[in-house]
Amino acid sequence: MGQYSIVGQRLPRTDGLAKVTGQGMYAGDFTMPGMLRGKILRSPLPHARILRVDTSRAERLPGVKAVITGRDTLGVKFGAPRFGPKHMDEHALAMDRVRYIGDEVAAVAAIDEDVAEEALRLIDVEYEELPAVFSPDEALLPGAPQIHAHAPGNISRRIVFDLGDVEKGFADSYHIREDRFSTHGQAHAPMEPHACLAHFDASGKLTIWTSTQVPYYVKNDLALTLGMPATAVRVILPLIGGGFGGKADGMYALEFCAALLSKKTGRPVQIVYSREEVFVATRRRHPITIQLKTGVSKDGAILARQAKCVLDGGAYNGLGVVTVVLCGYLLNLPYRLGSFKYEGLRVYTNNPISAAMRGHGAPQVHFASEMQMDRLAEDLGMDPLEIRIKNGLRTGDVTLNGFHINSGSLEECIRAVAEKSGWQEKRGKLPPNRGIGIGCSGFYSGASYRLRPDLPVYSAAIVKLNEDGSVQLLSGATDSGQGCDTLLMQIVAEEIGLSFADVRLTRADTDITPVDLGNFSSRETMYAGNATRSAAADLKQKLLVELSNLLEANADDIEIREGKVFVKGSADRTKPFRDLAHAIYLRRLGKPLVGEGTYDPPDKINYPAYGFGAHVTEVEVDPESGEVTLLDVVSTHDCGRAINPLAVEGQLEGSVHMALGWTLMEDVTLEEGRVMNPSFLDYKIPTALEMPPVTIAHVETDDPEGPFGAKEVGEGALCPIAPSVASAVGNAIGKKIDCLPLTGAQITRK
Amino acid sequence: MKSIKLEINGVQHEVEVAPWRTLLEVIREELQMTGTKEGCGLGECGACSVLMDGKTVNSCLVLAAEANGKRITTIEGLAQAERLHPIQQSFIDNGGFQCGFCTPGMIMSTKVMLDDNPNPTDDEIKKGISGNLCRCTGYAKIFDSIRAAKVAMAASSDGRGGA
Ligand code: FES
Ligand code: FES
Repeated sequence: MGQYSIVGQRLPRTDGLAKVTGQGMYAGDFTMPGMLRGKILRSPLPHARILRVDTSRAERLPGVKAVITGRDTLGVKFGAPRFGPKHMDEHALAMDRVRYIGDEVAAVAAIDEDVAEEALRLIDVEYEELPAVFSPDEALLPGAPQIHAHAPGNISRRIVFDLGDVEKGFADSYHIREDRFSTHGQAHAPMEPHACLAHFDASGKLTIWTSTQVPYYVKNDLALTLGMPATAVRVILPLIGGGFGGKADGMYALEFCAALLSKKTGRPVQIVYSREEVFVATRRRHPITIQLKTGVSKDGAILARQAKCVLDGGAYNGLGVVTVVLCGYLLNLPYRLGSFKYEGLRVYTNNPISAAMRGHGAPQVHFASEMQMDRLAEDLGMDPLEIRIKNGLRTGDVTLNGFHINSGSLEECIRAVAEKSGWQEKRGKLPPNRGIGIGCSGFYSGASYRLRPDLPVYSAAIVKLNEDGSVQLLSGATDSGQGCDTLLMQIVAEEIGLSFADVRLTRADTDITPVDLGNFSSRETMYAGNATRSAAADLKQKLLVELSNLLEANADDIEIREGKVFVKGSADRTKPFRDLAHAIYLRRLGKPLVGEGTYDPPDKINYPAYGFGAHVTEVEVDPESGEVTLLDVVSTHDCGRAINPLAVEGQLEGSVHMALGWTLMEDVTLEEGRVMNPSFLDYKIPTALEMPPVTIAHVETDDPEGPFGAKEVGEGALCPIAPSVASAVGNAIGKKIDCLPLTGAQITRK
Repeated sequence: MKSIKLEINGVQHEVEVAPWRTLLEVIREELQMTGTKEGCGLGECGACSVLMDGKTVNSCLVLAAEANGKRITTIEGLAQAERLHPIQQSFIDNGGFQCGFCTPGMIMSTKVMLDDNPNPTDDEIKKGISGNLCRCTGYAKIFDSIRAAKVAMAASSDGRGGA
């Protein structure tokens, strides 16, 4: 691996001061003169026709400035545009039908929240309740109530792949297993509730500060649904208080309502969701059932695999139309398959909407796949590690669906966690009610799929010279907390040869920064990182020309390193970069000196890179209560080259938190479509008391495509955790685990 | 409406409040100090933690009227002039936050914990912040930050660390 000076350093975050002093501004922190507060009226019914909406009493309430319903909109549907208009199934405000408890019916803007709240109570809606369905099984029955006219049979999306000869693979198999697994919903629960502030000015320009992972999508969705040119919408990224996929679909109702209310009133409108609204009316991880059949040779090689995933999609698509594809894609990792057949069925129900959440399908399918690997090993009398190493993908492999593995191997990750956890000494040798288990996974860095040539998968960047000799990165990349701002600045510093302090950042502002699709699919390090690096390299070339003129030296003899400029053979001419850059700025009379970059991955269909992860957990189970105590958690994830190890560790530790929550305690509980636990009191996420110490076993590779060899870490690291815990619990109590969450009741059931 | 007096970060404020207004609303909306965050409004997340007469409270649960005459410290009151409080510095140096939304509350809870007990054990640290939820960090780097802050504060005579 190359030696770098800024890349690889544990640098503190660039937004640190703002965050520890309370000066950092999140969307709900902004105010503007004349600002109004908006509130949204939601459906109390899971499925109903709207017969009549009477807003007159609300409109007459003193302090109310505007009330809007579906009738005030253009009635344009939106959704994930990249996957085609037929999947765009959502109205920001219901036109004549509501499809889940929480569906948006009307919105008001008033002088304060109390008045807005009161106005909602005065809106009179007459519904005709319709029969509803609350599970994929019910929704798929012949004669089931139809949720969307465009989707007969309530099929939101069906996907089939058939790779290799599965029939032959099974016929050749020495042993075949078929199991059914089920997984449950999880709330993203970012600590910051969704919030935005929208302002339509007199010229018809809309400016919005919003809590999003995807500012450019929000811009396009607002333009589409409000019937405006995209350039009349400006989305500015404030600090984001966590997203995890829950702010990644694009526009949500709050941005649309705030914008339209602002248009109607001519005043800025802020909407901040309550915690209950975040739980009920945003998104969640899909509950998925996975039917998995795998055939292996006598020595454990996977010859055939067949999977059927059924996803409870809830009332609308959002990014869920991608999830159903990813479940199939991700079953191609982390093992080499002889043949593979997949059917994915995403089903509409009258439940809250399921969409993307950290790991996006992988945690569910890897849970199934890993639990089955344990059983296959047991059936064949093999060690659980051995069967995984035997099948694990490695550098140079190409999967059946065309993933080119260009760095890393599963084996390396397994060996790292096995050694750190003392697997050999422990497995099978622990006292009663203690167990140890492993989980593995593979994940991609950054989506490429060019499904529509008119919608490239963009990340672009500008790096320009400032008057004081510092350089400014203009990036549309979206740091929702994960830390890409700092990483991108490190990349600029490294590429040009500056110190970290010489780099400034302008965060996403769709009027100013070049396009970047945002924070999803683990793409910012790969996409924005490469775009930033190429912009920095472009600026560096231009700087070298300028420096050679200024210093009257050959450009080839000039080196920029650690914030200094060296001229070969004349040590006395070494100068601070900033001084010379300032001089260049003056000589050019301020004429911009700009580096431009974008990223175009070599593989246009799949992904630029893939990484692997493995996780070992040791537990003790109380056989009476079923309570699980985590004794030891050892995690590794091949993130390529860690650009900032402090940030990488933070992603691993945060992944452990979120995955343990999902595995042991978090579950969006529904009764007839109603979220029964829409508060942190009832929906428990792990507190400091529940977090076990996490040991990190470092595995670093050097990916040829990643910037300075880097790959993702934010999502893949989460995926092996649930199966490793479930495997350890199964090992402790001698039981096969088929479903999540691992509640005491499930564990103690005979 | 009722007129109440609050001392916030050493500054006296007199505000007219409706009886149902919370301390959090007064701090954020009336006084426009937005460092203190609202994560739930129901006393369940700790994002709104402030100090009231030296004790941590969830300001979303305290009625403004109950805070009448009390001394309040918010995140904005922790740094002195240009100098960060050692807890703040330690959170920066040790990666004690990602999105930062829980951070003001987390730092205020840490401050009370270390004021009451300058040398907490790891278990006491966990307990001390168990009312503050964080969705990003898995708490690991927060523990590191608190341990480092404890050392920095012990090393300085005024309990504030630094020179
Ligand atoms: S906002 Fe006060 S505890 Fe959550
Ligand atoms: S840093 Fe995001 S919630 Fe704690």
